[in-house]
Amino acid sequence: MADVTLQNLIKTFDTVEAVRGIDLRIPNNEFVVLVGPSGCGKSTVLRMVAGLEEVTSGDIRIGDTRVNDVPPKDRNIAMVFQNYALYPHMTVAQNMSFGLRLRKVAKSEIRDKVQRAADILGIAELLDRRPRELSGGQRQRVAMGRAIVRDPEVFLFDEPLSNLDAKLRGQMRIEIQRLHQQLRTTTIYVTHDQVEAMTLADRVVVMNAGRIEQAGIPDEVYHRPRTRFVAGFMGSPAMNFLDCQLTEENGRTVARLAAGPALPLPAEQAARVRSYTGRKLVAGLRPENIREAASHDGTNSSGVPHDISIDIVEPLGRETIVYFRLGDATLCARVGTEVHPRAGEQTSLVFHPDRLHLIDPETDLVL
Amino acid sequence: MRVLPPLLRRKPAVAVLMCVPLFALILGLVAYPFFHALFLATLNKAETAFVGLDNFTFLFGRQTFWMVVRQSLLFALVAVVFKALIGLAAAHAINTIPTKGQRKWRGMMLIPWVIPPALSTLGWWWLFEPTYSAINWGLTKFALPAVPWLSDTFWARFSIILVNVWVGAPFFLIMYLAALKSIPGELYEAADMDGAGPWQKFFYITLPMIRNIIAITTLFSIIVTLANFDIVRVLTQGGPLNSTHLFATYAFRVGIESGDIPLGAAVSLFMFPMLAILAFIILRNVRRRAASLA
Repeated sequence: MADVTLQNLIKTFDTVEAVRGIDLRIPNNEFVVLVGPSGCGKSTVLRMVAGLEEVTSGDIRIGDTRVNDVPPKDRNIAMVFQNYALYPHMTVAQNMSFGLRLRKVAKSEIRDKVQRAADILGIAELLDRRPRELSGGQRQRVAMGRAIVRDPEVFLFDEPLSNLDAKLRGQMRIEIQRLHQQLRTTTIYVTHDQVEAMTLADRVVVMNAGRIEQAGIPDEVYHRPRTRFVAGFMGSPAMNFLDCQLTEENGRTVARLAAGPALPLPAEQAARVRSYTGRKLVAGLRPENIREAASHDGTNSSGVPHDISIDIVEPLGRETIVYFRLGDATLCARVGTEVHPRAGEQTSLVFHPDRLHLIDPETDLVL
Repeated sequence: MRVLPPLLRRKPAVAVLMCVPLFALILGLVAYPFFHALFLATLNKAETAFVGLDNFTFLFGRQTFWMVVRQSLLFALVAVVFKALIGLAAAHAINTIPTKGQRKWRGMMLIPWVIPPALSTLGWWWLFEPTYSAINWGLTKFALPAVPWLSDTFWARFSIILVNVWVGAPFFLIMYLAALKSIPGELYEAADMDGAGPWQKFFYITLPMIRNIIAITTLFSIIVTLANFDIVRVLTQGGPLNSTHLFATYAFRVGIESGDIPLGAAVSLFMFPMLAILAFIILRNVRRRAASLA
């Protein structure tokens, strides 16, 4: 067990700067998820921690040791790859024990460790099979088993679930979580899937263009995004963005949405953004904060109704996603199943200002 | 729609018809020559009478024939082993070069394989020339004795093997290089994490992953090498004292140059059962392994 520290980590490939200065401290036992769009540098960071990619500048520490120049095998880490990277000519047991055999661990000890890991992962009856005889989920388990038997100080996961179908992905997510609760090994997990990030992480690190946009517990990243990128990236369907102007009306600070309603801000937020009065800003409002007019749970008390014309309807069973136009922007709302909106219909939706994010378009920072 | 004759309306019939050109090719280019050779081998020298297996029993009683058998096996074995080793080493070396620079090296390494062997062997023949050639000139410059490359039994055998390796190693190189490139890079990264060094990666990952290619390439090379003709024909004509004859050159000597075509056919047919058994064993192993990897 060890903590991992990244200090001003930079990686350039030829002329391309893939990672532009990452500072991150991952305490012992923590499960950290690096999340971001393709090409944001998250995998490169992971591969640098693994020792598969050379560090251009900056430091990586595992425990108290600076490991920049330590070869992967001496870093005491284990990695689970996106394509499993199982050795096709070895059985499951041989795959899992390969690292231990190379380290000349006693045979009886190897057998015990492999058996224990196989029991934890529920693959004990597969030990004599070859990878090609396994399903995707089983292969993924074997890849995790190979990591577990080594009893490493740090687990690295590189998009381990992206090759699985949606249902299996959900199951494996739970298993990874259970595994972490059982082993408490420091874990760095890379994914582009924000649901995985939210559900698995002790702490989510949102990356974009080689930098950390925000790091925090899932709740914080979701509800208090620091930048427009984080606000737009986390959450599905994504947050609605539209131009707005901050005005003072009847003694209240109001965000007047372009071609939309004017939303009075909560007092605490109003105090924070008062200096922006009169300026053009960007308003961010999540789909769940635009609801149907007559909601039974009473959450609509503070909302501002607005008439719209429905563009597209996506019924999801538990809820319905409604797309509608407001000026030039297409917005998205989540409504309950009691209402049955239809495309082309005129209706009234309620905008809830209490979760409104105001973004300065010059800095893209959330105010 | 035009009405097809009843026979053609049946799908299997159409399928068979479409295969006819292939059957014709195999029949004309493989089956006919093979059975004709079998037939020839059972005739007397004048090709006027059927003599059964007399040609074979005659060969089995001849010392020269057994010498040719031993030489052919020695030649094929040594040459194939060196071709395989050199090809593998060269493929590894090229595979470590960044992709951009690989093309020109690959191109250069392929040159010996691309030049018609009769022509390049002629070049070697000049190099082996005892008095005026570059090699012996170089040796004597350093006060070393000149080597009788083509007139001494040992050196003549050495020379034809050397030239055969020179011609054939690039074939192994390209086969191995393609095989090496087909191994997913992640396996080596996983091995890195597992703590494998360069040799361990070679023995535990590279070799098992390319074993099928090695087996098939080796089988193919053994067949081609055992049947080699041009190198010996150009360099030594089988001499000195028949000590470099292979099946093909000996068959040519007996059948064409000495005018006993049935006996020549018997010599060349002798290779067939050996190669057939070898091919069977190797291909069976390949199939098994392929089934276990897939």
